[in-house]
Amino acid sequence: MSTKTSAVDAVDAGATSLLRFATAGSVDDGKSTLVGRLLHDSKSVLTDQLEAVEHASRNRGQETPDLALLTDGLRAEREQGITIDVAYRYFATPRRRFILADTPGHVQYTRNMVTGASTAELAVVLVDARNGVVEQTRRHAAVAALLRVPHVVLAVNKMDLVDYEESVFAAIAEEFTTYAASLGVPEITAIPISALAGDNVVTPSAHMDWYGGPTVLEHLETVPVVADPSDDPGRFPVQYVIRPQTAEHPDYRGYAGQIASGVLHVGDAVTVLPSGRTSTIEAIDALGQAVDVAWAPQSVTVRLADDLDISRGDLIAPTATAPGVSQDIEATVCHVADRPLTVGRRVLLKHTTRTVKAIVKDIPSRLTLDDLSQHPAPGELAANDIGRIVLRTAEPLALDAYADSRRTGSFLLIDPSDGTTLTAGMAGTAFAEAAEEAAQADTADDEGWDF
Amino acid sequence: MTTTAAVTGDLDNPYALSHLDALESEAVHIFREVAGEFERPVILFSGGKDSIVMLHLALKAFAPAAVPFSLLHVDTGHNFPEVLDYRDRTVQRHGLRLHVASVQDFIDRGELRERPDGTRNPLQTVPLLDAIDKGRFDAVFGGGRRDEEKARAKERVFSLRDEFGGWDPRRQRPELWQLYNGKHSPGEHVRVFPLSNWTELDVWQYIAREKIELPAIYYAHEREVFARNGMWLAPGEWGGPKDGESLQTRQVRYRTVGDMSCTGAVDSDADTIAAVITEIAASRLTERGATRADDKMSEAAMEDRKREGYF
Repeated sequence: MSTKTSAVDAVDAGATSLLRFATAGSVDDGKSTLVGRLLHDSKSVLTDQLEAVEHASRNRGQETPDLALLTDGLRAEREQGITIDVAYRYFATPRRRFILADTPGHVQYTRNMVTGASTAELAVVLVDARNGVVEQTRRHAAVAALLRVPHVVLAVNKMDLVDYEESVFAAIAEEFTTYAASLGVPEITAIPISALAGDNVVTPSAHMDWYGGPTVLEHLETVPVVADPSDDPGRFPVQYVIRPQTAEHPDYRGYAGQIASGVLHVGDAVTVLPSGRTSTIEAIDALGQAVDVAWAPQSVTVRLADDLDISRGDLIAPTATAPGVSQDIEATVCHVADRPLTVGRRVLLKHTTRTVKAIVKDIPSRLTLDDLSQHPAPGELAANDIGRIVLRTAEPLALDAYADSRRTGSFLLIDPSDGTTLTAGMAGTAFAEAAEEAAQADTADDEGWDF
Repeated sequence: MTTTAAVTGDLDNPYALSHLDALESEAVHIFREVAGEFERPVILFSGGKDSIVMLHLALKAFAPAAVPFSLLHVDTGHNFPEVLDYRDRTVQRHGLRLHVASVQDFIDRGELRERPDGTRNPLQTVPLLDAIDKGRFDAVFGGGRRDEEKARAKERVFSLRDEFGGWDPRRQRPELWQLYNGKHSPGEHVRVFPLSNWTELDVWQYIAREKIELPAIYYAHEREVFARNGMWLAPGEWGGPKDGESLQTRQVRYRTVGDMSCTGAVDSDADTIAAVITEIAASRLTERGATRADDKMSEAAMEDRKREGYF
């Protein structure tokens, strides 16, 4: 039975989960080969795609099919032989479905790794076994930590070129794990592989008896992705008000949205922010079906017991765990636009479903990803820079710390003149370790953020 | 084995969502974002399975209210009659408003010229952009999926188009988290792809789960076809078969629905949804590779057409 047929059986049983993951690696670390190998060995590359790659490779004078052409979909990428932009790939095994954000590794495309990592539950960081942990590896680990990707896989590639030596792998794994753990990466799995030879990518290696862990695919299939949302406070950003005003539903007023975190129950006492008005959840419609309980990331429609003035951009949260609101925001940001971000700049800030005017009050520091040192008062942030900024918004926002919620702690800065996305923002402390230190010092309000 | 336990753990988790539920929730979120942020959105509706699933998701997203968008069909003039029939029944059943942009009208007025190969698919771009302009649509939903084609794999969920409808893949906005940026200047519009993260198999599994009716040509049936460029094409007024191309009756079905001149049928016995799913899962050809002649024109055919404003 082919892999894909089994996947159907699994889905028919209603059983397949979805894992979003991102890959990162330097230009020559063999990332495209790894991605090609994963797709190819999991039988996700179909005949006509492979033929197209073979054909294109021959036209370029290459003797063997260049699997990078599977993912480099743009004319400019093929011409230059580099990956410019994130490509999304889809494949399935009997156990799970995957969305792979294949991100460029080059430093000038840090913003694209940020893009891929923002929705990823797992990041694969690739290193060349001959070179070990290099600057670029540290940069990838830092971005994964910054974006709070829950799981990180270190794939030590080209093990065939170091005679499959356990000591080489162990030294690299040790160095990386120590570094990534210091950034607060919660879970790190190191796997020795040869993407070219196929060792430990999809099938276990015959050359590394000393390794007892999973292959890359096995790990991707089994890493737990469902967190328990009942641990998180309920957050429901109102997207759209549904008012049919028909004979059948003359008084229906539902607040449509996707639950950003936590669990909502019928009967919950809730507060609407930023107004602070309170009510009770009277009903939850889960896309046509009335339910008693719903959780993140379900898209639902909520009805309240009282007729309040609620519109797009408001946040409904259980009163007991409602967030505070503020017009002063400190955040770590990755600047993604070519025009720089400067102090005094007026911007639009998009947070969940709410867009407000904001002004950049200060840029206290810029982070050097290579060594995580911070440069005070850089004055501006250029493309791909990561730094800390202070904002003042025109209206109060119910913003959580990014450490607590990737969904309600993230925001975009947008150029009001033409709509360009300028900056990706993460509210509060940059790295988890700093968050813990702040909590230990019992200064939760102090965004004590030491890079 | 611990690995099995981990998977079972996911499934036993009372808060686990199936992959279809996760994709559905994401697509509904996208529809509602557009409804909340744009003035005049429109759904491109061809009567093909992706646009049918899109409409189904939109109906769920705004229930019990009506879908707050109208539909736009770019009619090449070479449609499968079953599909036009399906389109009209669907529009009527849901009380929707349909705009039709007609390639034939543009040809009749001399504003477009018929191509020597008779293929009208590439001609759709001009009527599409004209309809977007005349309708002052600021958001245009398309059923495109990133798994379809390698240029589409690079497409954002919210894809900004300039005043000429063009797509510049090197100047795309980074798309972070679920924060879709729909800001645009007058004259520009945004293409929105709520099915970006769906695969062909996901679409069919969703059709099965939701018991969505499709035009009959998606299921195996006997049809007169002839061979051209390695595909089975249906005869019609669009200009086939030519001399030397002979008709034969075969058991076929369609994996995609588009212009008759470039949409091929595949040999198939799959006459139910379950049989179609089994067939797709076992197929070694992609959907477009198997049935679309226009994508074979060059390595960057799709990218080039998208740059010009194609969806």
